[in-house]
Amino acid sequence: MTTDLTRASAAELSDLLAQGETSSVEVTQSLLNRTDAVDGDVHAYLHVDREGALATARDIDARRAAGEELHRLAGVPIAVKDVMATKGLPTTCGSKILEGWIPPYDATVVTRIKQAGMPILGKTNMDEFAMGSSTEHSAYGPTRNPWDLDRIPGGSGGGSSAVVASFQAPLAIGTDTGGSIRQPAAVTGTVGTKPTYGGVSRYGLVALASSLDQAGPCTRTVLDAALLHEVMGGHDPMDSTSINAPVPAVVEAARRADVKGMKIGIVRELTGDGFQAGVQARFDESVQHLVDAGAEVVEVSCPSFEAALAAYYLILPSEASSNLAKFDAMRYGMRVLPEGIDDPSAEQVMAATRDAGFGDEVKRRIILGTYALSSGYYDAYYGSAQKVRRLIADDFSRAFDTADVLVSPTAPTTAFRFGDKIDDPMAMYLNDIATIPANLAGVPGMSLPSGLADEDGLPAGFQILAPAAADERLYAVGSALEQRLLASWGGPLLGRAPELSTTTKGA
Amino acid sequence: MAELTRDDVAHLAGLARIDLSDAELDKMVGELGVILESVAVVQQSPIEGVEPMSHPMPLVNVTRPDVVRPSLGAEAALAGAPEADQQRFSVPRILDED
Repeated sequence: MTTDLTRASAAELSDLLAQGETSSVEVTQSLLNRTDAVDGDVHAYLHVDREGALATARDIDARRAAGEELHRLAGVPIAVKDVMATKGLPTTCGSKILEGWIPPYDATVVTRIKQAGMPILGKTNMDEFAMGSSTEHSAYGPTRNPWDLDRIPGGSGGGSSAVVASFQAPLAIGTDTGGSIRQPAAVTGTVGTKPTYGGVSRYGLVALASSLDQAGPCTRTVLDAALLHEVMGGHDPMDSTSINAPVPAVVEAARRADVKGMKIGIVRELTGDGFQAGVQARFDESVQHLVDAGAEVVEVSCPSFEAALAAYYLILPSEASSNLAKFDAMRYGMRVLPEGIDDPSAEQVMAATRDAGFGDEVKRRIILGTYALSSGYYDAYYGSAQKVRRLIADDFSRAFDTADVLVSPTAPTTAFRFGDKIDDPMAMYLNDIATIPANLAGVPGMSLPSGLADEDGLPAGFQILAPAAADERLYAVGSALEQRLLASWGGPLLGRAPELSTTTKGA
Repeated sequence: MAELTRDDVAHLAGLARIDLSDAELDKMVGELGVILESVAVVQQSPIEGVEPMSHPMPLVNVTRPDVVRPSLGAEAALAGAPEADQQRFSVPRILDED
């Protein structure tokens, strides 16, 4: 067999498995070998579960051999962001405060991928508690972008984007609070979707900002994203914000790839100034491809988006400061005793632990949130931000009156170098300028590669946004664009990424 | 907008139960000042009379039938505890002496 199993898409692997051309053990072992060879450099994983993945693969192979009817993705391996609780596997959220914690339960998303029979390869790196756009805020060191190891893979889900971009897994789970699936996808030349808020259960997802967090697929193709979206999504009684309706017909939409007569809205506030020339050029070409495919382009204005970043950096820290109060050194996680105090109180232990266990960015946001919520400042900060949030949602409603989907570049630039923005929080926050509005309004969004920027040869991302509960439109547009881009490139964009040097791990 | 002072940040850190070192406090005062200045633009938006939005979904309370269902056992719940004693979380003293 000549197919490189590490480069095959999940859909292709699923076909090969169904036809008996390969086994899940063979696929899983190939991916684990690839991890041995390249992850010393990339550092996409915080934990690899070799034995667990192979055990699931053996079980699926046996069940398939016995003629059992299996899920479409049964036997196709997957990586999971380390913010999802996995029973029996370490879950750190990229933080020292959770080092060594083994959850006693599975997140609903994890339960669903286990039910589908998908081997879990390991847990992927991330900015601590998903706060960041580069993975430089991981307590366990950054993940490196497979396109250029001196550059960031995006964040917070840089481990999940890099693991699929470096062919260590065809699929990964990400979470997106302000762009943590879409921005990493953009800078690594991969695909990522943030579903409609409530479309995927948050049970067992360690919360950053509960009203913004949403888990979704990280993949190399639009169809793969749809297939994984379908596995992850759907109602869950364990999450009170879970939508009680079937998953939108995302797979069918990805297959049909039909945009004829669709109105594509270009958001005036999310193009032009502030976007790198090569990113903008690839965006403009992508829009033309959609026109060639039969779509109609309209321009829409969402003036409140200008204040979205500010509203987000009040709402997120406010919710985060409350959510992270549970790391109190009492029930799980790290406990540090303060120095020089005999018989310290619970409060002193708590404060010493949180100082030792949280990184700088987490502390910064907790204190910012504590301030924004404190009496006397609540109306000026959190209250005002909530009103801006309403204006943003209203802007979306108006825009979707004239357009079926909205489009923009996903991130203003291609991948930047490590250290470029680490000491300037506001510069770091600007990476999410185009992705944040969707989280504030709860609408779904996707990023797919639009090509390489001329000035640096690095991937740029194309973002599609749809009305709440109309996730299938992302896949129709994404798939139509992907088909045309693949034809113009003559193959997948990732085929142009430099070969990673491989190391042979000693036995 | 009132400027955030070093004392303010120390007070907030106390409320957030984070025992910041002096060096951390010094660094954070400046950083938070820059961030606060940037996010204050929310006050310049046309928000007069706008209904605040706390959540993307119009939430109503969600309930389930009042029947017993399985949950974590004591052993599993205590498995990650820094210290456990007699099937309970063991914590440092919670009262100040006298």
